[in-house]
Amino acid sequence: MYQTKYHKPDSLEAAIALLSSSDEAKVLAGGHTLLPTMKNHLAAPSDVVDIRGIANLHGICEDGGSIVIGATTTHAEVADSALVLSACPALACLAAGIGDPAVRHAGTIGGSLANNDPAADYPAAALGLGATIVTSQRELPAEDFFDGMFTTALEDDEIITAIRFPKAEAAGYAKFPNPASRYAMVGVFVAKTSGGVRVAVTGAGEDGVFRHDGLEAALAGEFSPEAAGSVGISPDGLLSDLHGDAEYRANLISVMAKRAVKAVA
Amino acid sequence: MAKIEMKVNGRAVSRDVPDATLLSEFLREELRLTGTHVGCDTSQCGACVVHIDGKAVKSCTALAAACSGSEVTTVEGLANGGLHPMQTAFNDNHGLQCGFCTPGMIMSGIDMVNRYKAAGRELTEEAIRHELEGNICRCTGYHNIVKSIQDAAAKM
Repeated sequence: MYQTKYHKPDSLEAAIALLSSSDEAKVLAGGHTLLPTMKNHLAAPSDVVDIRGIANLHGICEDGGSIVIGATTTHAEVADSALVLSACPALACLAAGIGDPAVRHAGTIGGSLANNDPAADYPAAALGLGATIVTSQRELPAEDFFDGMFTTALEDDEIITAIRFPKAEAAGYAKFPNPASRYAMVGVFVAKTSGGVRVAVTGAGEDGVFRHDGLEAALAGEFSPEAAGSVGISPDGLLSDLHGDAEYRANLISVMAKRAVKAVA
Repeated sequence: MAKIEMKVNGRAVSRDVPDATLLSEFLREELRLTGTHVGCDTSQCGACVVHIDGKAVKSCTALAAACSGSEVTTVEGLANGGLHPMQTAFNDNHGLQCGFCTPGMIMSGIDMVNRYKAAGRELTEEAIRHELEGNICRCTGYHNIVKSIQDAAAKM
């Protein structure tokens, strides 16, 4: 790993000032993407700005019809949260399936969303539930936040502070984990929301997480595994790699969509 | 350089190390606590698991500087007069073959028993196998590892 300068500011303002003062500074939260990337020399930030010392970026609370999760809240904290378990069990279940127990003790929801790994789980929940990404500058609907593989609308000196998930009438998540590394080869999040049925797919798209119109239309008609299974899934625009080609992933979308709907009931 | 002040196995330590030093490097190379192993160095294998403020974490994927102010427990810090019940159980059940993954298995084992006890949940054989997802045994000696953790869970 190349050398870097470590900072742990205790306020958002101080963190932004540190990010703005260098072209090569990076935000550090759980470190479960940034540190491996630095070890591989794929990232060589001059400065890392650890935002875990900023108190109000952490924790889970209820705000009207939404659950608000602070950016530095770990996957384990989301998975074990009584509030999340009762208000949106699908989100707790998704968090409980990320990585392994030690990874979940460190990795954070803000880090996962900011990185927008095409095989990450949280982008599916954010897009599937129609979440709002709250940053140091603005509030962004999930649709406008994700901007292709490993790319988001975040500016260089902009920090995610929280994620606001509107409570859904019902929601479910199913993923087919890579057998060795457990990331989502395909993950499908289905939700019945006030704005209709939403279906978000992670792990499969060449441009990262996406909503599937065909599945949404079929499930709006009848919210059942059979309805999900009746939808033909095109392999166009899906990832092909050594773990599975686009046709294989298309089939997995169908299977995971059925399982996600079944998980709701 | 970063000033690291932490409690390791109950003992206060203070060192100046380069900012990019990983916790695993800090423990092994600065403190010579070589019980914490580095297997894959990619947060997959779990040989490097230690407890930071009571939670199992992969020390190869944490900056030592970020752990300043924390309490860290490594496999060397478990025995208190006699072996920890998890260590005894690994001994009694032959929960190892080459032994390389054992420190991480023991630290993850204790973490899962503590979490299940705190939540009032039963740590079944199936749950142990699932909980060990992030600890890889290159000898594939999982059967006795699972038996060891089950045995220890009954005694902890």
